Amino acid sequence: MQLRQKLFAALAALVAGGANAAGLNVGVEIPKLDVAEYHRPYVAVWVERPDNSVATNLAVWYQQKGGKDAATGKQEHGSKWLADLRQWWRRSGRSASLPIDGVSGATRPAGVHTLNFDDKQPQLAALKPGKYALVVEAAREVGGRELVRIPFDWPPAQAQHADTKGETEIGKVSIDLAP
Amino acid sequence: MKALRPLAVLALGLFAAAAAHAHKSWLLPSATVLTQDQWITVDAAVSNDLFYFNHVPLRLDNLEITAPDGSAPAPENPFTGKFRSSFDLHLDKPGTYKLALVNSGLFASYELNGEKKRWRGKAEDLAKDIPADAKNVEITQSAGRVETFATAGAPNDTALKLTGKGLELLPLTHPNDLFAGEAAKFRFLLDGRPAADLAVEIVPGGSRWRNAQNEIALKTDKNGEISVTWPAAGMYWLEAALQDKNVTVPRATSRRASYVATFEVLAP
Repeated sequence: MQLRQKLFAALAALVAGGANAAGLNVGVEIPKLDVAEYHRPYVAVWVERPDNSVATNLAVWYQQKGGKDAATGKQEHGSKWLADLRQWWRRSGRSASLPIDGVSGATRPAGVHTLNFDDKQPQLAALKPGKYALVVEAAREVGGRELVRIPFDWPPAQAQHADTKGETEIGKVSIDLAP
Repeated sequence: MKALRPLAVLALGLFAAAAAHAHKSWLLPSATVLTQDQWITVDAAVSNDLFYFNHVPLRLDNLEITAPDGSAPAPENPFTGKFRSSFDLHLDKPGTYKLALVNSGLFASYELNGEKKRWRGKAEDLAKDIPADAKNVEITQSAGRVETFATAGAPNDTALKLTGKGLELLPLTHPNDLFAGEAAKFRFLLDGRPAADLAVEIVPGGSRWRNAQNEIALKTDKNGEISVTWPAAGMYWLEAALQDKNVTVPRATSRRASYVATFEVLAP
């Protein structure tokens, strides 16, 4: 009994310790599109300051160097088209050295993709308290381009959820903050 | 970059004269904001409509390209056809490239044996070509630049440095960081000094498909500066020109200085 209590206390401390690390979880839905020629979109996810400067990059999905074009099988250097994510390119991409460690990744299929971060991770470790916005931008070859924003405060005072929806290239975008 | 050839100067002089009246000279890059190590292709033409090559080409003999490190790369696959010239450029260095057609020349009008004559050419040919007994000799010096800009990766300012000669534009807002709904500031300098009270005209591309030019008419302030808030995304053509008495050729009585640039404005 005593042992069990001790174990429980230890577990509780562990859980509490985990909860003490502020967390930011992002959900990005890539919509399924019924189009004649579909290519997976390039997507950038970042945290923006009120002056539109980039506080931290969370993810950039693009066709990696040496990847094969789905339609032709030809080798393509996919980073060429990163400038099509024009806000991300302007605010961050053009001065970044690619690939960005822990941020660059391959394009993803239609569906909901989640990204989980806590304040111990490099993406959030340097995020000063203040007002921010989560930004998701998507650009699709022979398709469209869209950008959505969700404002939030960091660090969160309490658990919070917010979401929004794009109209064409981006489905539902959600943000979950844990204090 | 290349030595001036008299014929080229002659042709450019002609075009400069044409531009003074109605036609628009321009360089049109295939892209202006790119990732590193890409290629662009550029058209050069003179036309009424923007940006359609339907009149005459702009010759490439006086093309000066400045790379982000200040070097002068050569264009590739240059060609001049019926309506346009074209060339390719490898943006193999990260940063901003300036592409400029820099022309200079002289026009003269005079009377010989009661007959009116016109002449275009270079300063060194003036004495040889215009007879000593010519009367009412009027010589105008012309100097013009037709420019555009492209950036691979992060923009930089090395290629944006001015020569201090003729009419030039100093971009206070980077020319490859222009967005619809945002204001851009440019400063005009004449021989390196602010060109105050200068009329500047900006015309959006796509003029073939609308009834009006939709020009934005501006005037520089005492610092030679203008501010323009881009109404929409697209390619824009900018021109400013002036006439003064600041000649460098001894017998010239006036100078015409002109500046043209093409800018791409992105959607936010």
